[in-house]
Amino acid sequence: MDSEKSKNGANHHLNVACPFCGIVCDDLEIAPTDKGLKVLRNGCAKSIAAFERPLVEPSPQVDGKDVPLDEAIAVAAQLIKESRLPIFGGLGTDVDGMRAIMSVAEKGGGIVDHALSEGQYRNFRVLQSSGWVMTTLTEARNRADLFIIAGSDVHKIHPRFFERIVCNEMSMFSDAPPKRTVVFLGEGLDQSAAQGPRIGEVVTLPCKAERIGEIVDAMRAMNKGLTIPGDMIGGLPRAMVENLLARCKAATYGVIVWAPPSLAFPNADLTVQAVSEFVKDLNSVSRFAGLSLGGNEGAVSAGAVCAWQSGFPLRVSFASGKPDYDSERYAMSRMLAAKESDLLLWLASYTADLSPPETDVPMILLATPAIKPTRTPRVYIPVGTPGIDHAGLIVRVDNVVSLPLRKLRQSKLPRAADVLASIEASL
Amino acid sequence: MLIKLTGGRVYDPENGIDGEVRDIYIENGRIVAPAPDAKIAHEYALHGRVVMAGGIDPHSHIGGGKVTIARMLMPEDHIGDEVARTDLTRAGVGYAIPSTLTAGYRYAEMGYTAAFEPAMLPANARQAHMELADTPIIDKGAFVMLGSDDFFLRQLSRKADFSAIKDYIAWTMHAAQAIAVKIVNPGGISAFKFNQRKLDLDEKHVYYGVSPRDIIVTLARGLKELGVVHPIHIHGCNLGVPGGVETTLNTIKGAEGLPIHLTHIQFHSYGTEGDMKFSSGAARVAEAVNANKNVSIDVGQVMFGQTCTASGDAMRQFVNTRSAYPKKWVVMDIECDAGCGVVPFKYRDKSFVNALQWAIGLELFLLVNDPWRLFLTTDHPNGGPFTCYPHLIRLLMDKSFRKEMMQTINQDALKYSTLPTLDREYTLYEIAIMTRAGPARSLGLKDRGHLGVGACADITVYDDNPNREAMFATPELVFKNGELIVRNGRIVKVVNGATHVARPSYDPGIEKSLKTYFDDYHTVRMENFRLSDEEIMNGGRGSLIIQPTGARVA
Repeated sequence: MDSEKSKNGANHHLNVACPFCGIVCDDLEIAPTDKGLKVLRNGCAKSIAAFERPLVEPSPQVDGKDVPLDEAIAVAAQLIKESRLPIFGGLGTDVDGMRAIMSVAEKGGGIVDHALSEGQYRNFRVLQSSGWVMTTLTEARNRADLFIIAGSDVHKIHPRFFERIVCNEMSMFSDAPPKRTVVFLGEGLDQSAAQGPRIGEVVTLPCKAERIGEIVDAMRAMNKGLTIPGDMIGGLPRAMVENLLARCKAATYGVIVWAPPSLAFPNADLTVQAVSEFVKDLNSVSRFAGLSLGGNEGAVSAGAVCAWQSGFPLRVSFASGKPDYDSERYAMSRMLAAKESDLLLWLASYTADLSPPETDVPMILLATPAIKPTRTPRVYIPVGTPGIDHAGLIVRVDNVVSLPLRKLRQSKLPRAADVLASIEASL
Repeated sequence: MLIKLTGGRVYDPENGIDGEVRDIYIENGRIVAPAPDAKIAHEYALHGRVVMAGGIDPHSHIGGGKVTIARMLMPEDHIGDEVARTDLTRAGVGYAIPSTLTAGYRYAEMGYTAAFEPAMLPANARQAHMELADTPIIDKGAFVMLGSDDFFLRQLSRKADFSAIKDYIAWTMHAAQAIAVKIVNPGGISAFKFNQRKLDLDEKHVYYGVSPRDIIVTLARGLKELGVVHPIHIHGCNLGVPGGVETTLNTIKGAEGLPIHLTHIQFHSYGTEGDMKFSSGAARVAEAVNANKNVSIDVGQVMFGQTCTASGDAMRQFVNTRSAYPKKWVVMDIECDAGCGVVPFKYRDKSFVNALQWAIGLELFLLVNDPWRLFLTTDHPNGGPFTCYPHLIRLLMDKSFRKEMMQTINQDALKYSTLPTLDREYTLYEIAIMTRAGPARSLGLKDRGHLGVGACADITVYDDNPNREAMFATPELVFKNGELIVRNGRIVKVVNGATHVARPSYDPGIEKSLKTYFDDYHTVRMENFRLSDEEIMNGGRGSLIIQPTGARVA
């Protein structure tokens, strides 16, 4: 591949895909230096922090003592064999890592759940009960004339979202594309990235995130011709809400953006549902779509692989040999709190953000050396990071595009998929 | 190791063999003609059994984003249909939208050895292939969707040099690792994004100024001149619309003799007669298909029960959401490339519309004369799951069973269809054409779908049960690449099938303009958009078979 050709005689990589947030930008330029990898172009705080992490290759451990990899694998397999109900959690991995998790969880009779699935379930519950109209990154980038950022600190979660999807100067459909309106619906959102020649108006509607559902429901009712009493709606002056509805109806292609991890309040799925139903209604006359973000730490790949292999998006138990799905019962955090499991295999190969949860359940830790657990796991196997230490595939946040991840350096850190396959072979 | 299948009645239409008792020899995964003194390592006595090549499904939505959206959308489809892990096979679920592994096992258990995903969006090609890679045993392949993607539409709109259009078609087939090209609601998926709500055959797209007819003819001619064996695979305009039959007839006329394949034509054969303004246009469609040898079709038979439709046709699916059952659905605009609509449906035998849809599908089967141009599909899962095929085969082979079934459905529907007057019964030979030889020939699978010397030893052996549903549901033996994989309808060995692709030639210079285009507008680099061969091989889990294409014209 051209993109893998070296430049300046070194391993200078072009078009590198970055797995450190759900957007998976694939335009990075990365080269090795004597201090490790350096992001030369199109980096962001997240990608620089992760790609430029120095390579460390600690030894696998059992109960805090260095052991050869084989021994760590054998002990891990023994623990899974002895476990009544293991949880295979974390799941910060690539497609092959997730395939391996599914296979070992089936054989080991365990439960599969991603560390960030609480956020994902704010969407999955809506998908399973009413559905939605959605768009994808390239579609929104080229087509949208109105962006509504709903209650989500998008710039923090995805540092290049605005640069690539909202502020892009070129559009497929016009040599002089019209300016865009960006509405921030929610208080305290970082608006700093919404600027540049493409950005027209920036509108701030400082409501509490918990009240977005109420505001959207009111717009939905008004759009159907109903009257909503009162001067304030969801904590906003009525005129602001009416104005937002008018903008939505007038948009050629409106896009409402949310990041489920940001909607961290009880029953936030009802907010996602309100937004989704409003978008559906708008589409009976004009075009409008949702765009859900988030999906960091391989969460989208985990949900997708689990769904195509087991039929269900995470929170599946294989204890009976059959896939048994219950999005409440098999939520990892609930099971750990209720001490319903006696073993946690935690897989986190991307960033230090995915530390294992505080629990006294015995743990097998398969993690990037960037993670320093606060408690000594029974078994610790450091693994490589997909897209740095080994090649892989990852599903992007819109659940449509997948990207190839590359091996950028030589390292002894094994692929999680290979470690898991060895564990499974010993079961 | 030489294997002998002795004394079976062989139905091998590609070689003109119609139920003759013959021996078949297998060595190294191929059908061979051994030396007279060759030592037989293993013999299967198949006296009284029916022997066919492994089944080939040329149109089944089994892999890709919209299928997985359907899986996620419909946990109720899976609950009660879970499959436990065994020492040989993995766990899975599903009635209408099975998980990938379960889909592979079920096809094999039904005597099928290949299935083709017909609606792979270029933007979603990587995921489609990942899912197909997780579909074991059977061979697979995918048709890449063009016709609503911006690059193609701007080429057409700017009247680009035809050779450049062909380069783009061929490049996309390579990049997406496809064996054929499909159009879905030509231009309509894009038009919907511009808020057009319908796009008739000669209606102009508001932005590009091109019509579905332009798109169809361009792709039909392009593929022919590229030497791609399977003609343009057309999901036409106006799917499911009463009166859509006129569009279908005009599409056939408009092809001007170019080879075309009209898929799930049942959904495009509706008239507007009667009190319900919904009637069968099957007789007119069948007449046109019979008269135009350039046309092949698959039916997309509706089967009664719950399913979940998954289509690239976002425009029409948005309308169909009104009939969603249960009331939940997904419509997506995708990457200035395509779209999708996932809408659950329940086809009820007592519903006038659903009963008539069922009758229209059967009419098409019974009125089209040439089984070489007619393939057996339910457009899985859109008309019903592929596991209904044995039932469908019985409906076609057994007129008394068919009449019995007709008595159980909405009787008014039968008044708007010619089905009650049709007495045709399919023969085993014709079934073998429709389910293996025909699809293999149409897709250009040179050594599949037949049992001649040199063919891949994908072979299915059935008990000659007069109940054809039971016969086709549970083959006695299935061989994949010469290995016994199924015995009495149960998996006995799991293998990995290959991925079939076709690679017409293109001028690599096209990557210069594509590179700029991707850099300017897309969120994926061209270099990452392309799927490499290594991705399909995946360290030996998968394999690629490059099927031949004819010489490119200009």
